[in-house]
Amino acid sequence: MKAIDTLQKLSIPKSSINYKKAYNFFVISFLLILLIVLIFTSISVGSSSIEISDIFNAISGNGQLTSEYKIINYVRIPRTLSAIIAGSGLAISGLILQSVLNNALASPTIIGVNSGAGLFTALATAFLPANLSIMPLAAFLGAFLATIAVYYVARKTGASRMTIILAGVAVSSLVGAMTDTVLILFPDTVISRTSFIIGGLSGVTMNRLLMPGIIIFISLITTFIFSYDLNVLSLGDQTSKSLGLNVDKTRFLFIILSSLLSGSVISFAGLLGFIGLIVPHISRLIVGYDNRILIPTSVLIGSSFALFCDILARTIFAPYEVPVGIIMSFLGSPFFIYLLLNKKRRLMYD
Amino acid sequence: MIKLNNVTSGYMGVNIIKNISLSFEKGKIISIIGKNGCGKTTLLKTASKIIEPFSGDILLNGKNLFDMTSKESAKIISYLPQNRDIPNIRVYDLVMHGRFPYLGFPRIPAYEDKIKVQEALHVLEIEKYKNKNIRELSGGQRQKVYIAMVLAQDTDIVFLDEPTTYLDINHQLEILEIVKDLKKMGKTVVMVIHDLNSALTYSDMVCLMDKGEIKIYDKPQVVYESGKIEEIFNVKCHEVGAYDKYEKQYIFSYMSA
Repeated sequence: MKAIDTLQKLSIPKSSINYKKAYNFFVISFLLILLIVLIFTSISVGSSSIEISDIFNAISGNGQLTSEYKIINYVRIPRTLSAIIAGSGLAISGLILQSVLNNALASPTIIGVNSGAGLFTALATAFLPANLSIMPLAAFLGAFLATIAVYYVARKTGASRMTIILAGVAVSSLVGAMTDTVLILFPDTVISRTSFIIGGLSGVTMNRLLMPGIIIFISLITTFIFSYDLNVLSLGDQTSKSLGLNVDKTRFLFIILSSLLSGSVISFAGLLGFIGLIVPHISRLIVGYDNRILIPTSVLIGSSFALFCDILARTIFAPYEVPVGIIMSFLGSPFFIYLLLNKKRRLMYD
Repeated sequence: MIKLNNVTSGYMGVNIIKNISLSFEKGKIISIIGKNGCGKTTLLKTASKIIEPFSGDILLNGKNLFDMTSKESAKIISYLPQNRDIPNIRVYDLVMHGRFPYLGFPRIPAYEDKIKVQEALHVLEIEKYKNKNIRELSGGQRQKVYIAMVLAQDTDIVFLDEPTTYLDINHQLEILEIVKDLKKMGKTVVMVIHDLNSALTYSDMVCLMDKGEIKIYDKPQVVYESGKIEEIFNVKCHEVGAYDKYEKQYIFSYMSA
């Protein structure tokens, strides 16, 4: 240990920190440009091809009577927005859970979000078959209530990271059994639930996007504001408590945020769980563990990935459409395996 | 000074330590020793506000520790747990986390925070690792990084739970020398330690625990001469002369039950 009296002479070297900032700036800029390119591609590509000039006309409100204007405003823009909102919401929902529970396999499924949404949509289709518009609300409510149940059980048993995961498994299993019971008693509900389970972005309207969009936007901003607390929380309960972090409150806040994010996405896109698991890992392999940069990176990668998969889903076998979840698995898994095979990057998981 | 009055504490409603009353005086090194499961870590965690006691008071400079906000107490008390996850983090960033109690929203470190981190890296001689991921470091280096974090936290009282466990002898002694330096900075260091020789040679006070209670809390020589170490650990303890700067060292031999 060096002498204490030399301390006052120290200065702060800046070179190494600047290098990291420059790298992060480059990554964010690149991803932003990629997202913009994908947005224009998503709007122009489809069963009828659209020129860039038509897109600008539609945005500025010109040519309201043309078919291009209608396609852009009523089909392509809602669909593009839905991919961006779903991709970013699920990516951050997964990222939060992986950090808070310190578990690489954590995704919204683990806190009962999917099973809760599944039960409530089954109940909605069984008891209110005429009112399909209630499905998003049912999915959201189910996701949220399941999370509260998981957290309540975990809290009663100490709210450690492992008990939350175990409580998630237990609650999901119970809710899953309830869902199966509903499906057996009301066999007609099975068909209308299939599209919900596979998940997809077709037929999404601006009206359906409004509420989930607002909730996701607010949740993303809140998550970003508290991103440093998420960093501290990842040091473990005891160390973060010793640093003055209110561990229980912070963990509860993040679990609620995660539930709001994935519940909102489920309400309009069904179960697209894969992004929530894989995008945070891909982002971490690119920019590291610091949530202050990891969150914007995951938002951009999640949005771009969802958008890219959706473009492929509706063009690859046009005029037929492949469910976007299938494309996501086909593209995302090999890319993730490639990143894992990179020895240096793998250090994060050893 | 931190003072415990009739503190009973444990986990999930089970008492581990019972009616403990003691005080840790300013600027001293205090070692807590005892057999596995006797409540050493529970005492440390309770005194450092990691867990809340079932009953009793903990007074920090006359003020109830649990009436203070988490951040207020984290500016006075720091605690380094024994079993830690190894987070995926750069050395510099981990040490910067020591400044968390001082950061307001939006958690952007001020110039003073950066200086404190630089000081901590400097005094622990780990500046050369500052851009490395702590997963790339050895156990000894990692322990120094965590102590740097505690140093950056700039608290008067430092609680260390088995700071030398799992380290080779060179790193063990290095960490104990660092503990002595923390004392020179005016800090109170309270540590749980299994190596009885280190406890007796490096501490100003030794607290010997058994079955959740304090058997003796006194100067090392008094604790040694009381014979309670031999009684509780069921070992034979020998005081021997040493040739280096310490006057005495202690060796232990096994006694069958």
